[in-house]
Amino acid sequence: MLALQGAFIEHVHILKRLPEVAEAILVRTQEQLESVDALIIPGGESTAMALIAERCGLFEPLRKFTRSKPTWGTCAGMILLANEASKTKKGGQQLLGGLDIAVNRNQFGSQVDSFETDLHMSAVLGESAPPFHAVFIRAPIVTALNSEDVQVLAKLEHQVGQTDTETIVAVRQGHLMATAFHPELTPDDRLHSYFVRLAQDYKGKSQDVVTMAN
Amino acid sequence: MDPREVNRTLIFVCIGHYVVVIGGVARMSDPKMIKEIKAAVTIPVMAKVRIGHFVEAQILEAIGIDYIDESEVLTPADELHHINKHNFKVPYVCGAKNLGEALRRISEGAAFIRTKGEAGTGNVVEAVRHIRTVNSEIRRAASMGDEELFAYAKELQAPYHLLKESARLGRLPVVNFAAGGVATPADAALMMVWHGHFILAKVLWEVRVLWKGQLGCDGVFVGSGIFKSGDPAKRARAIGTFRRFISPILIPISINYSHVTYMSPPSSVPTVQAVTHYNDAKVLANVSEDLGEAMVGINISDLSEDQKLAKRGW
Repeated sequence: MLALQGAFIEHVHILKRLPEVAEAILVRTQEQLESVDALIIPGGESTAMALIAERCGLFEPLRKFTRSKPTWGTCAGMILLANEASKTKKGGQQLLGGLDIAVNRNQFGSQVDSFETDLHMSAVLGESAPPFHAVFIRAPIVTALNSEDVQVLAKLEHQVGQTDTETIVAVRQGHLMATAFHPELTPDDRLHSYFVRLAQDYKGKSQDVVTMAN
Repeated sequence: MDPREVNRTLIFVCIGHYVVVIGGVARMSDPKMIKEIKAAVTIPVMAKVRIGHFVEAQILEAIGIDYIDESEVLTPADELHHINKHNFKVPYVCGAKNLGEALRRISEGAAFIRTKGEAGTGNVVEAVRHIRTVNSEIRRAASMGDEELFAYAKELQAPYHLLKESARLGRLPVVNFAAGGVATPADAALMMVWHGHFILAKVLWEVRVLWKGQLGCDGVFVGSGIFKSGDPAKRARAIGTFRRFISPILIPISINYSHVTYMSPPSSVPTVQAVTHYNDAKVLANVSEDLGEAMVGINISDLSEDQKLAKRGW
């Protein structure tokens, strides 16, 4: 759990409920990063996280980690994992990259434009499963898929403000996953379970023998 | 406003007034300037309104501000009533010195709470006093049975159901940030949670003190304490339009009457780092180095009673 800034503790609360997770480690240093099998980058403020990461000498290690190890970015985390982001500050912002997508920051507006909606996410939850209740707070969206390997996991099912229905809000590309919303803010742990299974699949493929952790 | 929607260690821009002890009335900032700041930064923006001034708040909500601080730092517009924050969609933060005040603000609809500290002094002692008061009152409540809680609620002048919820959680039902006098990275880390014990960094005060306990804030506001450090040359470089310096991290922008002053932050990034690494003394030592002269600050005992901002708020 990248714990530089943002809603990391809420993710940890959910991870602790999952039996497959041996340990949920708060990652703030390179040693801690190297000790985990998979990483979640929480929601928060992406420019702040990047700056703190850089100051702590964690930015390049993070980039290296996300090249090959299972990583899930929520909201700000999705922005950091994207290869391109728009509506950034003057001079652009540093991204970890890895996901062949373009994102648009703060798509829906400011804090008051935050909303909650249901997403069916059949690829993740199953065809007839109850929908996932998704919380969007100053959320980004995916504006472009730049590779065929990128799988769409969820799209908006209703128009929200100026943003059309069918707008992509969750994707997966191999070992990387990203959601524009905050699954850690609801009691529904199905997405966390999905990510843990993703991480287990990848762990099985690699030679590292490390604690299963986020 | 759902309190879940406030991120821990939120990084945002807070527009307020640097309260100069000259006199006059400190009010909400010019909406035009707030709009310009909103357009210039990509991070959330918070602005202050006077206690009880729901129209200043309506204006700020209309221009799309992310958060409102109903602040005792401005001149109160109502000396009996705070704003009914439930009438708004925009989330509010309010200051509190003790548990009763915090719960009263929450029952009015505040989405998160901060300590009041004593703003503008660069002296963290009041913020420490306020968080310790809230913590010890919650601990007391947590040990009480229901009949005692009814009586304690009356004593604190707080709503019973919120008191009971705080007692059950062992903390406030919303996030609580530290504010008011945080002047150094060490101050910021002091206010955060430390599991076990922590050490006041030797670097600035030449004193090493072992404390047992947790101060338990979820995040930190930094303000004039960081940006009014003693180096006049640095301050001269810093005064100017905010457009010249946009930082992605927390830069409280103080408005000094007609123009915006801000500080090129020698110490603001280290403060953010201190909040992230609040329990790692080695990192804290590193980020506390070479910050130049800290804000001279004001001793609380040197303030007269009517100069103390924390007394405002009912």
